[in-house]
Amino acid sequence: MSTRKGFSRPGSAQIALFLILMVLLPLPLYASKYTVVLLGNIFMYIVITVSWTIFSGPTRYISLAPAAFFGVGVYTAAGLGHVLSLPAIIITGGLLSFCLAVLVGGITLRLKGIYFAMFTLGLVELIVTFLRWWEVNFSGTVGRLVVSVDNTTVYYVMLFILVLSILTAHLLGRSKYGLALRSIGECEEAASHTGINTTLLKIVTFAVSASFMGATGVIMATRWTYIDPRIAFDLDLSFMPVVMAIIGGMNQLYGPILGAVFFTYLEELLITRFPYYYMLIFGIILVVAILYLPRGVGGLMQMRQAKRPEGKHAHTSN
Amino acid sequence: MIAVGLSLQYGVARVLNVSHGEFIMLGAFLTWTMFTLVGINPLVSLVVCGPVTFALGFVLYRTVYRRIRSASESPEIFEGNSMLASFGFIFIMQNLAILIWGASSRGYSYLAVPVKLAGAEFAANRLVMLFFAVMICLVFYLFLTRTRTGKAIRAAALDPAAAGIMGIEVNRVLALCFGLGALMAGLAGSLLSMSYMIQPTMGFEYTIIAIIVVVIGGLGSIQGSFIGGFILGIIGTIVTYIEPGLSLVAYYLIFMLLLLVKPSGILGR
Repeated sequence: MSTRKGFSRPGSAQIALFLILMVLLPLPLYASKYTVVLLGNIFMYIVITVSWTIFSGPTRYISLAPAAFFGVGVYTAAGLGHVLSLPAIIITGGLLSFCLAVLVGGITLRLKGIYFAMFTLGLVELIVTFLRWWEVNFSGTVGRLVVSVDNTTVYYVMLFILVLSILTAHLLGRSKYGLALRSIGECEEAASHTGINTTLLKIVTFAVSASFMGATGVIMATRWTYIDPRIAFDLDLSFMPVVMAIIGGMNQLYGPILGAVFFTYLEELLITRFPYYYMLIFGIILVVAILYLPRGVGGLMQMRQAKRPEGKHAHTSN
Repeated sequence: MIAVGLSLQYGVARVLNVSHGEFIMLGAFLTWTMFTLVGINPLVSLVVCGPVTFALGFVLYRTVYRRIRSASESPEIFEGNSMLASFGFIFIMQNLAILIWGASSRGYSYLAVPVKLAGAEFAANRLVMLFFAVMICLVFYLFLTRTRTGKAIRAAALDPAAAGIMGIEVNRVLALCFGLGALMAGLAGSLLSMSYMIQPTMGFEYTIIAIIVVVIGGLGSIQGSFIGGFILGIIGTIVTYIEPGLSLVAYYLIFMLLLLVKPSGILGR
């Protein structure tokens, strides 16, 4: 029961979240422009990390495709920005990412372990190189312009997507589907033998998590105003959520959030003055975390409760 | 040659080392530094780059990957975790290199004279590069098939547990393999720096091509890597002939198709 205790107690966690939301809602009215932009960034990473964890956390499929879904959103914003209204593009971006994820998931989710990771990484690179070739040969430009939206709107849209993704993750984690996903992570064969439609479940979850990334891509693109394939499909966006989730710990909902907040803030502090040191520290933290904190900071907090049996026997304690 | 190194690291040590390209970068920059600062012949610096990258790879395995290996409950978890750790090393090595050598691309000119061979003109440095790459692969192949250490490596690749029972110090062999993989990458980088521009972020591209080659040939099969490299070379040439912009796209497509149809590769187990 240890991982689910926090949810079954209706008190502290929900109240804390509610309070944080109350502080964040009217924020653009009194905070500086810089804070609003920074928080928008933090929200972006939280959404991507949380939605990455929705799928990859319980199932242990390491997906390196976030950049692909995010980029789809970015290009949706660039392509349809002049035609549709903002909510419509965001929904379109989410839907397109959803479709791509269904397609990719349908053909690849039977790959196991690192094959899946390599495939998703290849997918991002495939899209980038293809898109670049396409733009050069058919549309004659490499970059595109995006209709820009003011910072306050970006902030509220991000906040909305953030709440939606956390809510989804929370509800999914509590539902029988969350449990089914976890059993896929523990032993996929056993899961399918107990009557879980593993393929369908994996594809749908993968697609839902992708649609959040796509929607985020749309709204963040409006801030950049100019994009090209490499900016839109930035591979760092594939690695960041993995690292953030690992360091935060994937067993609890607050783990990925902690990780995302910590790294975005660290990035903000270091990247303008010492960009290379930031990436260096990033790498060192990643290696150290894998070595010494396999369950993340969240797992460290949890460890005080009880020493859980390891790995394959973990289902007895859940 | 790059792929052979990666194949060795994955096939035997079970580490899909995505920071492989960074070892290439390291070899290239060591050579560049020695050539421009002290004026050492790039071919001589092979002798330096090899041991340096070997030692680095060996120590990395001894300190980091062995720890992950003993902490992981199953081979799958180890493969996942070690791959993530090597992602960390990409960031570390790349940015250390930028801090030391700067972010701009470098190059030097060595043996950049045209040579006539069988009626066609080639740059001398490319011929030298090709010659040495073939020689190193050949020596390495002989080492694997003819020596006792080579035999131990092959045994550990087939079945680490049984190899351990037979009196092979598996952990040492695995570290040796990882080091040798790094050595191949370092030497390759050294050779590459003779005719291509080098920069600290150059590694990832080579890593991806190496991964594709290794997957095509079959993960962990060294002969497969030779075949994979050959096939990829042919396809690359054909596609470049038809539509130059699409050769990378073609690589990725083949890579992904192969992962779908036969993830274990042409010569996979």
